[in-house]
Amino acid sequence: MHGLLSILIWLPIAAGALILVLGDRNIAIARWLALVASLAALGFSVPLWSHFDATTSALQFLEKLPWIPRFNAYYALGIDGIALPLIVLTTFMTVPVVIAAWTVIEKRPAQYFAAFLIMEGLMIGVFSATDALLFYFFWEAMLIPMFLIIGIWGGPRRVYATLKFFLYTFLGSVFMLTALIYMYVKGGSYSIADLQALPLSLVEQRWIFCAFLLAFAVKVPMWPVHTWLPDAHVEAPTGGSVILAAVMLKMGGYGFLRFSLPITPDASRELDVLVISLSLIAVVYIGFVALVQQDMKKLIAYSSIAHMGFVTLGAFVVYQIVRNTGGVVGAGMGLDGAMVQMVSHGLISGALFLCVGVLYDRMHSRQIADYGGVVNTMPVFAAFMVLFALANTGLPGTSGFVGEFLVIIASFRASFWYSFLAAVTLVLGAAYTLWLVKRVVYGPVTSPRVAALKDLNGREFLVLGALALAVIGVGVWPAPLLKVMQPTIHHLVSQAIATKL
Amino acid sequence: MPENLFTWSTLAPATAEISLAVAICVVLLVDVFAGVRSRVITPTLTLLAVAVCAALTVQYGRVGEHTVLLHGMYVVDELAYVLKLVGFLVVAVVLLYSRAYLEERGIMRGEYYVLALTALLGIFVLVSASNLLTVYLGVELLALSVYALVAFDRDSGVAAESAMKYFVLGAIASGALLYGMSLLYGLTGTLELSELAVRLSGPMSLGVILGLVFIVVAVAFKLGAVPFHMWLPDVYEGAPTSVTLFIGTVPKLAYFALALRLLAQGLAGTTLEWTQMLIPLAVLTLVVGNVVAIVQTNLKRMLAYSTIANVGFIVLGFVAGTPDGYAAALYYTLVYVLAALGSFGVILLASRKGFEADRLDDYKGLYRRDPLLALAMMLLMFSTAGVPPLVGFWAKLRIFQALWETHHLWLVIIAAAMSVVGAFYYLRVIKLMYFDDPPTELPATAAATGVRVTLAVNAAAVLLLGVLPAPLLNLCTRLLH
Repeated sequence: MHGLLSILIWLPIAAGALILVLGDRNIAIARWLALVASLAALGFSVPLWSHFDATTSALQFLEKLPWIPRFNAYYALGIDGIALPLIVLTTFMTVPVVIAAWTVIEKRPAQYFAAFLIMEGLMIGVFSATDALLFYFFWEAMLIPMFLIIGIWGGPRRVYATLKFFLYTFLGSVFMLTALIYMYVKGGSYSIADLQALPLSLVEQRWIFCAFLLAFAVKVPMWPVHTWLPDAHVEAPTGGSVILAAVMLKMGGYGFLRFSLPITPDASRELDVLVISLSLIAVVYIGFVALVQQDMKKLIAYSSIAHMGFVTLGAFVVYQIVRNTGGVVGAGMGLDGAMVQMVSHGLISGALFLCVGVLYDRMHSRQIADYGGVVNTMPVFAAFMVLFALANTGLPGTSGFVGEFLVIIASFRASFWYSFLAAVTLVLGAAYTLWLVKRVVYGPVTSPRVAALKDLNGREFLVLGALALAVIGVGVWPAPLLKVMQPTIHHLVSQAIATKL
Repeated sequence: MPENLFTWSTLAPATAEISLAVAICVVLLVDVFAGVRSRVITPTLTLLAVAVCAALTVQYGRVGEHTVLLHGMYVVDELAYVLKLVGFLVVAVVLLYSRAYLEERGIMRGEYYVLALTALLGIFVLVSASNLLTVYLGVELLALSVYALVAFDRDSGVAAESAMKYFVLGAIASGALLYGMSLLYGLTGTLELSELAVRLSGPMSLGVILGLVFIVVAVAFKLGAVPFHMWLPDVYEGAPTSVTLFIGTVPKLAYFALALRLLAQGLAGTTLEWTQMLIPLAVLTLVVGNVVAIVQTNLKRMLAYSTIANVGFIVLGFVAGTPDGYAAALYYTLVYVLAALGSFGVILLASRKGFEADRLDDYKGLYRRDPLLALAMMLLMFSTAGVPPLVGFWAKLRIFQALWETHHLWLVIIAAAMSVVGAFYYLRVIKLMYFDDPPTELPATAAATGVRVTLAVNAAAVLLLGVLPAPLLNLCTRLLH
């Protein structure tokens, strides 16, 4: 299957460009084109998964064309066990976004669909680039459609939110770029594999680590650079929130695994406590912040920050485990957990944002106080909402459990206090999520508007049903996912604990 | 040698200048004698003349290697050849964009076209200068044409004021340039740039440094580097937009050549000294340009500060002081000219008689009124902000790389931080066009199809060169090695 990755990148982008040309006048065609393109991308990711050789950590589906000889940069694509699940997650989550927007978006619908398809292609490009310059190219290009999505289709404070989003991420990325250029000047190559092999002194590694940290921490987002996320989520349209939470945040985590750990292993070892502290603050402090939110989307946004704290925690406990046990046995578990948590959070937070979208389309309010007793008028919806909420608290049998459990066990090997603080989220997460469910879904019908609500239509049922299957599927049988990642995680652990000095 | 100085074979490399000088005379005469019909004839004839001159240059003016003519006054190399062709192209696009604007305001006169061509001739002379006198000749021919252009809408008080400011400050800069040159001549006894480079090596005397300071000041003034930038915002804002478009684009090629020929080639022996002088200039330029642009409410003025900010990046390329740095500066200049051409073009196309479209608020909801203009402007703004997949990104990357290669850590950090600040005001333009609702009273845009196609090509070039940047990057590197 040669060229599969290129198809996955360029097919949605080409479809998006075509939809732009068709415009709002041919919206019926444009809509179907968007659906067909997103389904096609999902379809093409099936052979990607089935032809993937899960016994090796080597990059697969390689493509390499000269791109900019002056910089020794290539249009080089390839995936391993950590990129594959995220690409499949991307193609999987774009379909519900397209379906969920079917008739809901009234303002410039063609551009809405086009923006999401172009985003999809660029995001797959980020996960599949094996050349750092190409990676950065996709990484930054993605900001343009997202900037427009929040700015055009967002809520009342959309301009503030989208500018904040853009400038925060731009600031982080620019310093990553300077670090990449520094390494190119030193080593003469932008290939990520070459960068990983490039010898760097501890001082250089510290600087580069900090530049990466700035870029990835903003994207994850980690405390204290998380403040753009609640704003962006609250103001973004439903689809924007879904893609932002489900895929874009994963890029930060992916960046840590692909760049920080292998390229600057010594600086990562030295500064792991910094990242772990920030992660634990995110888990605990942001959990409390989520508890007091009045706005459903904001609550889920804060919950996202707390859950993404597990990703960074899982990625960086590896050093403490090696220090404690003196061996690499079990060191990969934190990374396994981080990856599963990324996939799982992508599904769950995406689903929760879609649930809020369903309610918002009917009531045009995201305030928790405006709801109450939704279960009486929307029983099917309520069932889904409760399922996703329970998954969000990490209920066994759902995907949320697997990731958090792995990370907590791994951090227990590192330090009791790490796991203790991480486990606090099980309580806090349950508290804010279930309290949200209690106030919105259960209880007596509180207002005539809630009484007039209509249950899910077929389109919404289809979307939430597919996500529910995925959440339970990963929760009950995570083995295929773990198996695909295993060799790559092994390799990553050996890279992360090796020294470049 | 003197006997065959003026034969065809020796003068062929100067085809660009010779044909352009002839074209200027033809356009001037035709314009005078065409009477009423000159309004139609002159613009078309000028475009035709530019096309013919460019074709002649391609046919006869192409040189394989470095050729020196006219007793070392004049040099043709591949860089000069390419810059001249780019100059022809940019001037043609400028003239295309400005035609409707001039007609609607009743200032469609032959002078605009003749002065644009004489300015272009000045640029060519500068680009091919290999002697301090030729440099000065080019600078003055360009400057005088441009002063007149700024003032050429004679009923406009603002334009006259801008022209006066420009002229007075420009004259000081010319004086500084001339004084610096005279010091260097007095100390070295030569006016030839290549000879100057040979004689100025080894330890420098105070006199040389003094001469160098005056030359750096003059170059900084011409480029618009802080603190010699005061003229730039006023001139950009006060001049008719078609003239702003001209002075915002074509002369940048010449000023790049000015810096290159004078500092990098003629004064190569003092690279260490002048790079030291350029560092504070570059930092100030980046900071002032980007920060002051944020508070502007007039788009032309905002773009003027954006020009200053971009000049900061070009100067940074020279700070590197290596051929690679100069190649980065050349690439940045070309990319900037392409983007500026489009951005001022959008202002021209969005304006109507009695509606200059130069306030930022005039762009509210432009998307509704004219999707093409808004899309083009969005691409151009993202490009200038340095966001991939647009070409402006590569220009910034190239500068960063040149700075890393010469170990300027702090300059990289400052430039990176300032490009984030810069992103804010470019995004604001996009915000106005796409996120805000249009005020109802604004007139619809109605530019001619041909001009719209040109603009679309211009914006598409920004995207295409961004996705496939290799050819232009290679060209710039080759020209300076």
